[in-house]
Amino acid sequence: MQIKEIANILSARILTSDADVNVEIYKAFSSDLMSDVLTSDYDQTILITGLSTLQAIRTAEMLDIGHIIIARNKEVNREMIALAEESSIVLLQSEYSMFHISGLLYQAGINPVY
Amino acid sequence: MKMQFHINGGDFVNAGKASSQVKGVLKKLNVEQKLIKRVVVALYETEVNVAAHAHEGDIEVEISENEITIVVSDKGPGIVDIEKAMQVGFSTATKEVREMGFGAGMGLANIKKNSDSFHIESVPGKGTIVKLANTLTN
Repeated sequence: MQIKEIANILSARILTSDADVNVEIYKAFSSDLMSDVLTSDYDQTILITGLSTLQAIRTAEMLDIGHIIIARNKEVNREMIALAEESSIVLLQSEYSMFHISGLLYQAGINPVY
Repeated sequence: MKMQFHINGGDFVNAGKASSQVKGVLKKLNVEQKLIKRVVVALYETEVNVAAHAHEGDIEVEISENEITIVVSDKGPGIVDIEKAMQVGFSTATKEVREMGFGAGMGLANIKKNSDSFHIESVPGKGTIVKLANTLTN
């Protein structure tokens, strides 16, 4: 599923500039625990998190996770956006909860990592 | 090629910069993506550990044609029982560290998993040294 469709389903805003909205995503992983995120491999996966911090961006950077969706409209600061853009990570923000986002994407055919 | 970095305890804003720079260098050297990921995940975990537990720490990275070696030495409380610290789930992290998405007692085991060779030594009350090495070719 393309990022623009995901953004549409989740009523999400894309916060980073120059995002390629045609990129295909096949899987999603939901977690606030970056230690856990760091233990797996990801391919064309979007990270769903309520942890709106620089560490969430750094974690994605190390794992080559190209897309992050921040749940419940948690505040995203300029440093996070700048780091995401520097690392070519697309940052989305949705008003929905992690559970809601996960449910909508699962229903739409996005697969779990496990 | 040698690279050096310094991390201050509690500085979670800069924890990750070393990993990010090393990632950039390895990419330029055309190292395979999966091998890069192993190195930077291990290095990032060590950076977070220094920021989370130590007063300060130094990272020395040496990249040769086939191998990367990383030595992270910190000044801090050290680890009393390394065997216990290696167990998944054991953690002495503060509430603040946990609120940042770490401190679940998974870091050291993940560093070991992502390293071809892993060595740790610690003196309680003084600090910890972690030495890692990974091959850069298949």
